[in-house]
Amino acid sequence: MLAPEPVRRRDGRTSLALAGAAILVAGLGLAGWAFTTDVVVTFVRMVLLAAGILLAITGLGRLFRGLLGRKVDVVFWLGMAWLVLVLGAALCAPLLPLGNHDDSVAGLTEPIFARPDLGSSHPFGTNNYGLDVLSRAVYGARTSILVALLAVLIGTVVGGLVGMVSGFVRGTTDRVVGILSNALLAVPPLILLIALGSVLEPSVRSIAFALSLLTIPSMVRLARANTITVAEREFVLAARALGAGRVRLLRREVLPNVVLPVLSLAVVMISVLVVAEASLSFLGIGIEQPEPTWGNMIAEGQSGVMEKHPFIVVVPGVCLFLTVFSFNLLGEKAQKRWDPRSAKL
Amino acid sequence: MMTPSDGPLLVVDDLHTVFHTPRGEVRAVDGVSFQVAAGETLGLVGESGSGKSVLGRTVMGLIATGPATTVSGQVLLDGRDVHALKPGQRRQLWGPEIGMVFQDPMTSLNPVKRVGTHLTETLRRHLHCSRKEATERAVDLLNQVGIPEPVRRLTQYPHELSGGMRQRVVIATALACDPRLLIADEPTTALDVTVQKQILDLLASLVSERTMAMILISHDLGAVAGRTDRVQVMYAGRTVEAGPTRTVFDSPDHPYTDALLASIPQLSDQPHTVLRTIEGNPPDMTRPPRGCRFGPRCGRADDTCTDLMPALVAVPDGPARQVACHHPLLSIESLEPNAPLTEAGHGR
Repeated sequence: MLAPEPVRRRDGRTSLALAGAAILVAGLGLAGWAFTTDVVVTFVRMVLLAAGILLAITGLGRLFRGLLGRKVDVVFWLGMAWLVLVLGAALCAPLLPLGNHDDSVAGLTEPIFARPDLGSSHPFGTNNYGLDVLSRAVYGARTSILVALLAVLIGTVVGGLVGMVSGFVRGTTDRVVGILSNALLAVPPLILLIALGSVLEPSVRSIAFALSLLTIPSMVRLARANTITVAEREFVLAARALGAGRVRLLRREVLPNVVLPVLSLAVVMISVLVVAEASLSFLGIGIEQPEPTWGNMIAEGQSGVMEKHPFIVVVPGVCLFLTVFSFNLLGEKAQKRWDPRSAKL
Repeated sequence: MMTPSDGPLLVVDDLHTVFHTPRGEVRAVDGVSFQVAAGETLGLVGESGSGKSVLGRTVMGLIATGPATTVSGQVLLDGRDVHALKPGQRRQLWGPEIGMVFQDPMTSLNPVKRVGTHLTETLRRHLHCSRKEATERAVDLLNQVGIPEPVRRLTQYPHELSGGMRQRVVIATALACDPRLLIADEPTTALDVTVQKQILDLLASLVSERTMAMILISHDLGAVAGRTDRVQVMYAGRTVEAGPTRTVFDSPDHPYTDALLASIPQLSDQPHTVLRTIEGNPPDMTRPPRGCRFGPRCGRADDTCTDLMPALVAVPDGPARQVACHHPLLSIESLEPNAPLTEAGHGR
């Protein structure tokens, strides 16, 4: 009775994996057909495409469950794969065999609005200056993610430190910091960005600075709230009773306990800022053409271009969507894992 | 500072800790005095809110004074006034001179630091020893507090240890720099009864090995009874009775001490015996009674008690016995300094 059991289970897993592979292939086939066909109207094509992708994801889930014997969060891992792909491409962009992304003079010799053709030298087509859309999407990722990461870095370090100090010192410092961060929160973010955008020159550095202003108040609040709860814990008093000074208490006792929740907010902030940067560039007050970012690439679709050449908008739009979605997945996971309430530290 | 070597290590004289709250002044510690010599253990007992823990922290100088908190009176450690020191100098006391063990070992260790880090950080800061020396000493300390496999424990995190083990680690950190005075603030309250006994025995043996002075703060009379030389009973921020532990518990002079001892449940009691309690609640510390703080809950109280605060005076009921009561429960009634007991106030 005991011997056949593992064999049966193995059979179950094999058939699950086979079924998963079949569903995956069917889903990919459906999506691929919907993407290329001209037979049905656009709306139906989009619905079929979405259905195909969902089907493929379901199939992939079963395939992995069959192969590994446990549940796998396929959407999360697909998101991570996308992030690795985008970050990797952005990082190695100058080394990749990509087309011309910003030299509009050289673009004169290229066809404009070439349709996407995976076999050609412009896999995702060209824009109205004859610049390669794939290359622009990769270089756009470089700027977009660089700006977002820089802004989050500034915001986390400055906001985290200010919040920690004000939560630890309390008193007047805390009150002043509270007033300042509330004042910053009270200004509508888009108006603040437009105002800053018209004052500062549109470079990566100044856009990052402007965006970091958006993250600082919430970082201050989070770090401050966490510091207050940590500072009341007995181990801080115990460290004080062993002769630790303020700086040491902050660095060795409070900081390690505050850094995790702050970092998990930072991951979520990255996706918010990628969108914010794209909005700014879309409005024309962010990074300026011909240097590509996803925001100003989408803006190229304005005034009727998108209707005739949808890929101009679809390529950066999908990149933006997937990146934000993946960062959100990562942030959610991080918060679940590092939330002091659920981690029971 | 010159001190006679045989004098008491710690002298606390007329100590007051006052919190200025929006609802009024709270005299959490209100004129407490005591002395502890090296190798001696003093027990501080009292109900929750009687000011024991605040007293412990005030003695250490851990209470931050400012507009909301004032401390007056003297705390002399080896002749040095702890509260007159600059904050930086006072910090040098914490660790090498005074160590403190806290109530809850679950919260008094930093969850993100390894056990070893807790110990070596303190050692390296105060004794300026190398990383290797510090690790060796940490292993030695963990051995002393009875932790098996000390080398493995160094790399573990607090959550990997049981409550009793954690309290041992807390004790080891407090002892890391060989303090001459250890203040144990309810060190066993958060632990199982069996572990409580182990921890108390450990503390007692460490005190005698190192000829340390120890202040054991507890609401558990049982914990204090067998392991302290002298005991001081606190009520509402004041000392109501002090004396050698054995004689105080054998023949309490203050009605409060008597009532506390009577309210310990006995295993030999019949089932469904009504637990004896002290009726009423400790006074609202923003508006304490004018006379004896215990007066409103005391069976022996009369008009003198409501009007006049009794002073802590020596009573001839045994050597070094002191009591703050107008009508103490002296075993030798004829020697009672005040008028004979008024039967009117007796028994509710």
